[in-house]
Amino acid sequence: MRRVVITGSGTINPLGHSVPATLEAMREGRCGIGPLDIRDVDRLQIQIGGQVRDYDETTHFNRQQISLYDRFTQFTLLSAREAVAQSGLNFSGELADRSGVVFGTSGGGLNTQDENYRAVYEEGKNRVHPFIVPKLMNNAAASHVSMEFNLRGPSFTVATACASSNHAMGQAFSMVRSGMADVMLTGGSEAMLCFGGIKAWEGLRVMSRDGCRPFSATRNGMVQGEGAGVFVFEDRDHAIARGADILCEVAGFAMSSDASDIVTPSKQGAARAIAGALKDARMNGEEVGYINAHGTGTAANDKTECAAVADVFGAHADRLMISSTKSMHGHLIGGTGAVELLACIMALRDGIIAPTIGYEEPDPECALNVVPNVAREAKVGAVLSNAFAFGGFNAVLALRASH
Amino acid sequence: MPVKDQVIAIVAEQALLAPGDIKMTDTPADLGLDSLGLVEIVFAVEETFDVTVPFNANEPNAGDFDISTVASIVAGVERLVTEQKA
Repeated sequence: MRRVVITGSGTINPLGHSVPATLEAMREGRCGIGPLDIRDVDRLQIQIGGQVRDYDETTHFNRQQISLYDRFTQFTLLSAREAVAQSGLNFSGELADRSGVVFGTSGGGLNTQDENYRAVYEEGKNRVHPFIVPKLMNNAAASHVSMEFNLRGPSFTVATACASSNHAMGQAFSMVRSGMADVMLTGGSEAMLCFGGIKAWEGLRVMSRDGCRPFSATRNGMVQGEGAGVFVFEDRDHAIARGADILCEVAGFAMSSDASDIVTPSKQGAARAIAGALKDARMNGEEVGYINAHGTGTAANDKTECAAVADVFGAHADRLMISSTKSMHGHLIGGTGAVELLACIMALRDGIIAPTIGYEEPDPECALNVVPNVAREAKVGAVLSNAFAFGGFNAVLALRASH
Repeated sequence: MPVKDQVIAIVAEQALLAPGDIKMTDTPADLGLDSLGLVEIVFAVEETFDVTVPFNANEPNAGDFDISTVASIVAGVERLVTEQKA
């Protein structure tokens, strides 16, 4: 089997409009969550979120493009541009045919749906723009990235709620590793911060009105965010042959299904995915220095996740670090694993562990080193990234520092 | 129908029991109700009485609305309904 490395990364999210800006915010433990600035916010019970700020679509795209690009597609394209530029790849000839795209998203073009349902139901219009369907479809982002960069190989979109990005990146990894493709653009995107998107989440009664405080005894729910993360996954030999700067190695991946409850997480399901990723990477648990947690800040997730980590790692669970960067950028749902992978790469490359901010009080059910409030310097050789979705679908990636 | 009977009917429907089998001292756990069942009860209460119940599934015992027993839920709804009329 081939080895797979990451040679490019890009993002736009509540912490910044690029990877360097995002990593700086994570190092400083900055919070990107604040009052929501959206239409009809006064009719929402939940009025905070991790929004992409200071964003003007017209500075990046022309009018014709905007008529086809929902906000989630825009975020994806901007992230892909940064990632491809960093990789130094130019997709033409045979490489174009051997390169593809697999992205995760949960809501796809939800803003487009929200705006157009409003137009026909609330405003009573009987006509919508001709491109609503290609704009709202979940695979629109992957399709536009394939067109912009001439990626002509295997391409598709994965939707598994909060695990979408990790499932997508797991697929990209498997495809490069098996030889199905030489290069895959992968990651995920979400732009759900519209009236309907938040109203639906509000109904579940799991959202916090005042902030995301994962693992803290004072946590009271999740906070939604938006944005995208895109990575270039490449065959290691291909990357070395062209002298590419290798960010890290994708060493393993595993997924599991709880097969138990539509929203309540299962410790066993999470533990099987974590243990599976270690096994797939031929990684000893003791090697793992950092885990980027799913860490949503809900009562149920955080204690279940900590119990799963304790089960898999035994005594080493007390030595490794585990943090939730959702405390800073919020829960990007289908895009969250992609933005969180940036914290994993920062740990491996820069030796900086992103903190869990908003941490106020220990919870005996989350008694691990959660890197409270302040980033830590530490040399780590291997990391995991957890994602556990509604529906009981779990996806865990294992990464190693490149040598 | 009095508020109490309407609330009991809502709880009974979620618990898949007959209203006559619901005791005022029953806790959600006694009735086999998990957090999702509680969320559905809260929603049904809001729709029935046109009130807003301050309930967060992450901290079911926090806030003014006490959901520890059927009696406390009834009392909470009666208070909300009175406040709404005031």
